[in-house]
Amino acid sequence: MGRQFLDLLERHGYDFFTGVPCSLFAGVTRLLDDDARYGYVSAVREDSAIGLAAGAYLGGRQPVVLMQNSGLGVSVNAIVSLNQIYDIPLLVVVTWRGQDGRDAPEHLVMGRVMEPFLRLLDVPFEVFDPASIDAQLASLTATMRQTRRPVALVVPKGVLER
Amino acid sequence: MTRADAVARVAAALGRDALAVACNGMIGRELFTRADAPTRFYMIGSMGLAASIGLGLALVRPSRTIVVFDGDGNVLMNLGAIANVAAAGAPNFHHVVFDNAAHGSTGDQRTISDRVRLEDVARAAGYRRCARVSTPEALDEALAGWFEAPGPSMLLVAVDRGNLPGIGRVELSPAEIAARFRAVCTSS
Repeated sequence: MGRQFLDLLERHGYDFFTGVPCSLFAGVTRLLDDDARYGYVSAVREDSAIGLAAGAYLGGRQPVVLMQNSGLGVSVNAIVSLNQIYDIPLLVVVTWRGQDGRDAPEHLVMGRVMEPFLRLLDVPFEVFDPASIDAQLASLTATMRQTRRPVALVVPKGVLER
Repeated sequence: MTRADAVARVAAALGRDALAVACNGMIGRELFTRADAPTRFYMIGSMGLAASIGLGLALVRPSRTIVVFDGDGNVLMNLGAIANVAAAGAPNFHHVVFDNAAHGSTGDQRTISDRVRLEDVARAAGYRRCARVSTPEALDEALAGWFEAPGPSMLLVAVDRGNLPGIGRVELSPAEIAARFRAVCTSS
């Protein structure tokens, strides 16, 4: 699924990739790491990745930032005081550790509050559904382009590990 | 040397096509007041991210010279960005750090850059060229050809604390700043 997902991202116009890894999309990061064509930048922190992505956007690209949901907390100031006020569109691919309250303890709180947290931050999102991911990306991308704001694709366990 | 004077000297040394990313706080306001141009991007929030924004731009526009106007407080807030810059090794990336060892916008509270030399951190991380200057003469001498030689580079400019009167806020809206800057970034 990782390869198909990357191909879909490219087909929907995304052409700059940066982020911080998560085991839930390990397959995607491996492909990005292994092929220099993607120019993937392994960022030190999730907000740095959002900064890198903003720079790439200003240079003419349409970026994607990949992160674990633990990185959402680190990213709040970048989302609200960079992207959302400068009209810098961004697709955030964020995993859902702690979904349904079943995960390591450090993921349980963010796992529980992630959906209301994204709504609070005014970040429209979809939860990855392998059966309709093409339509989901089309919808998210249209919203992102129209609003010039970040949108998120939430990745649950079991779809992008490999 | 005042920071506003140092900012103006660095701005004067930029080629016409060079692209500048200025960190939030007084440095961006000084650059706007003294030398505004469409080739400048002014951050008004997201403290700590100037180097990351500059690096993203440098990577996708390799033929353009990118100069990040940064402050010690900003660099310290996201010190890891120095590692990302060094690892990427973009030759068109130049980091100019105006260091007064203080948070100038909030009342000159001390930072820790008087004890942690940021140009040494950058050198250790792997920036190609690093230098520290503290007088107008040394700054002008260092600037001669500085942005023409390969980066990543860090020029640390030690400046006085305090803010000059007459430095306004950036008068453009953030969306206007971004749209204007993106147009010149993608024009060639």
